[in-house]
Amino acid sequence: MTDLSPALSALLMGGGVLGALLGLLAYVTLLERKFAARLQSRIGPYRVGPHGLLQPIADGVKLLLKEDLVPASADRTVFNLAPVVFLVPCFLIYATIPFAPGLGVADVSIGVLFFLAVSSMEIVGLFMAGWSSNNKYALLSAMRAVNQIISYDLPFLMAAMVPVLLAGSLRLSDIAMAQQGGLWFVFYPVIGQIGFIAFIVASVAAENRVPFDILEAESELVAGFRVEYSGMKFAMITLSEYAHVIGTSFLAALLFLGAWSGPGPEWLGAVWFLLKALGVFVLITWIRWSFIRIRVDQILQISWKLLLPLTVLLVMVTAIVIVLRGPHGG
Amino acid sequence: MTVPDTMMPETPARAVRTLDYTGSERLTMNMGPQHPSAHGVFRAILELEGERVVGVDAVIGYLHRCHEKLAENLTYVQYPSIASKTDYVAAMTSELAYVMATEGLAKIEVPKRAQYLRVLVAELQRIASHCLWLGTWCMDMGGALGGGATVFLYCIRERELVLDLFESLTGARLLYGFHQIGGVRYDVPDGWSAQCRQTVDLIEQRLVEYEGLLVENAFFQMRTKGVGVISRELAEDVGLSGPLLRGSGVAYDLRRAHPYSSYEDFQFDIPVQPAGDCYARYEVRMVEFRQSIRIIRQILDGLPEGPISSRPGVKSVAQVRVPKGEIYTRVEGPRGEVGCYLIGEGGPKPYRMKWRGASFSNLAVLPHIIPGHSVADVVAIMGSVDPVFGEVDR
Amino acid sequence: MTDTDAGARIAAEFPDVVVTPGGSALTITVPVSQWLAFAQFAKGALACRWFSFLSAVDWKDEGLEVIAWVENTDEHFNLLLKTKLGPGQTACPSLVSVYRGANWMERECFDMFGVVFDGHPDLRRMLLPDDWVGHPLLKSYAVDTPYPPYR
Repeated sequence: MTDLSPALSALLMGGGVLGALLGLLAYVTLLERKFAARLQSRIGPYRVGPHGLLQPIADGVKLLLKEDLVPASADRTVFNLAPVVFLVPCFLIYATIPFAPGLGVADVSIGVLFFLAVSSMEIVGLFMAGWSSNNKYALLSAMRAVNQIISYDLPFLMAAMVPVLLAGSLRLSDIAMAQQGGLWFVFYPVIGQIGFIAFIVASVAAENRVPFDILEAESELVAGFRVEYSGMKFAMITLSEYAHVIGTSFLAALLFLGAWSGPGPEWLGAVWFLLKALGVFVLITWIRWSFIRIRVDQILQISWKLLLPLTVLLVMVTAIVIVLRGPHGG
Repeated sequence: MTVPDTMMPETPARAVRTLDYTGSERLTMNMGPQHPSAHGVFRAILELEGERVVGVDAVIGYLHRCHEKLAENLTYVQYPSIASKTDYVAAMTSELAYVMATEGLAKIEVPKRAQYLRVLVAELQRIASHCLWLGTWCMDMGGALGGGATVFLYCIRERELVLDLFESLTGARLLYGFHQIGGVRYDVPDGWSAQCRQTVDLIEQRLVEYEGLLVENAFFQMRTKGVGVISRELAEDVGLSGPLLRGSGVAYDLRRAHPYSSYEDFQFDIPVQPAGDCYARYEVRMVEFRQSIRIIRQILDGLPEGPISSRPGVKSVAQVRVPKGEIYTRVEGPRGEVGCYLIGEGGPKPYRMKWRGASFSNLAVLPHIIPGHSVADVVAIMGSVDPVFGEVDR
Repeated sequence: MTDTDAGARIAAEFPDVVVTPGGSALTITVPVSQWLAFAQFAKGALACRWFSFLSAVDWKDEGLEVIAWVENTDEHFNLLLKTKLGPGQTACPSLVSVYRGANWMERECFDMFGVVFDGHPDLRRMLLPDDWVGHPLLKSYAVDTPYPPYR
């Protein structure tokens, strides 16, 4: 990659990542459906292709062919823009993730901060969707969404600070390197485990997954902010949500689970990384299909009264541990 | 009290609600009639202040088929298979109320074996109905794409076992036509008792799993404890029955207070919970599961021999002429007291038949308890009230 | 309390009512003017706090009759209250102030029979659409009365 200009190599890299990502996302939806089905003593998609392997393609084609409805009284421009504004941040977060040592699109020095800042921008797209639909259910859901995501981004950030402090850098590849050959951050006594759990809880909430999905509380608000979307725009919104979940799983695997480290040769690191991210995704999915959801005021209480004080305390304890341990590596 | 001398007074002003901003901070929102958690066709016009409900107007009647007029035009023999369509989730108890009313007025004897079979299917029906209640309630609270669906599918799996039993007994899965005047129509086929015992054992095991999934779950407790509290006084005043009444502290079960169809021969407990919230009603129904299983085992152990109807064969379709008189019979259905008030006039058709639907009275409590809760609680409360709209609208 | 005790107490308070024992409930026929007062007496003195249902019967030439069933669940004592409205009359006092469960029951009764309940807070049709003409459960209403299709 050194003989190409940095811009061109970033472009190629970006294109490659996007392509691989879209393929991955399609099949991650199948993974979720199969996993959920086995949990509920059913089989899941089975008929489209061998064991349902062509199901995501069939779904994609179906959504492409659907009529694109815009409600008569909706704000057309905002309505059409909202899925785009929602999608861009969800894909942009992959820019800073190093999939293997040296193999990342843009390894900025503020990697973690970039990730969290960009992923919170999707709230704008979400609110645009809810507001422009001119639908009370969508509006109610969008208001809940803003509330919830803002409340949970803080503990999310705080929990992510724990590996940052332990590694001493915001750059994602530094954090990954700090775990190579050493202890994964999740295995650090107490602070690693609590940090990991807090991170997972906060990220599930920030992604509007059950048990925190009052946003789209299907049995109350019937799909919430995306109730008026159909066809490809709906597919864009769904895909962006999955992209966000997978992106956060990658981040969790990187921050806490050692990123590329694993037995075997160096080049196998990327595969281990992928497997760990999918493992976190399976964990999140398992939680989704086992729990009922809680009310919005209870969700906010958990965030402000439990998770935020806990994660702030955690960060303080981590800082104290680092000071007591001495200079990094010493 | 002067009124115009006409049988059709002017209908009051059309009760159309305009669902816009009313200018204040209140939002009028419509929930239903097509809604994933409306449990059928039900429209609730909610007035919200933010997330709090401050007023609810329940609009029903989407499933109204005027059973009471139908009954005046059908003979006593023709109507029982239609009676199951009121509470279609618990069809056995609906048929039983009507058939018992006719037998009471016409003084028709029901043989012992038929009475035991009636109790057997009624308790199996209670299990199937409560399975559906638990599944749909968790699905409402948890989402069709989420943990609720998991509990729903497990409960439906159990309900399928009971419906298989009904299918081999009567040939139908949902609406049976099992009861007839004088007894029951079908006898127990070979091997059915063994299959019934197996099913009941399996359900008892699985109940432990469900409780493990729900009772210790902090989310479940947060959603149901303290939500939808119905005081004892309100419960009696509005006329609630069944698990709603027993969940508010009133120890009243028709099978114990006014036993019918040989219920006095069986031993079972009546669960009562004083709290009156959704969790209390959940506990009452979970105990009812187990007590139904207990009764079923007692019946299977001691089913007497004998005829299954005092009007067997061709006589079962012969006309019944019920003398003049009135009677009110009630049965303890899974939702509460299902009653049939019958006035006979000596002919083959009733003069007046009134269904006292359990769900109609149960649903009437909603405008009293919902204001003050948030929108998410409306769903949890509706699920714990467990209405079936065939019974509400008749 | 037993039926005879209750019968005695009722006879003492309300000499105009007719008490018919037998069957699963004590049947009480009350003149319309005392309907509300008797309901209050039943809930208070006889402790019949559980309200079951309220409906009507169309006796053709004799007019409508409103019936209600209330119960004392502690002592297993049931009352079936009846009142004849008289030929051609459709007015009846409302029991909503005594039993809250009467609210929906009286609306349904109005819907099906046309009985107008004085004192009901919100008397509109319950089960039929608001623009329905006629009251179906009256004997004068034919089963096959046509109704324009829904739009």
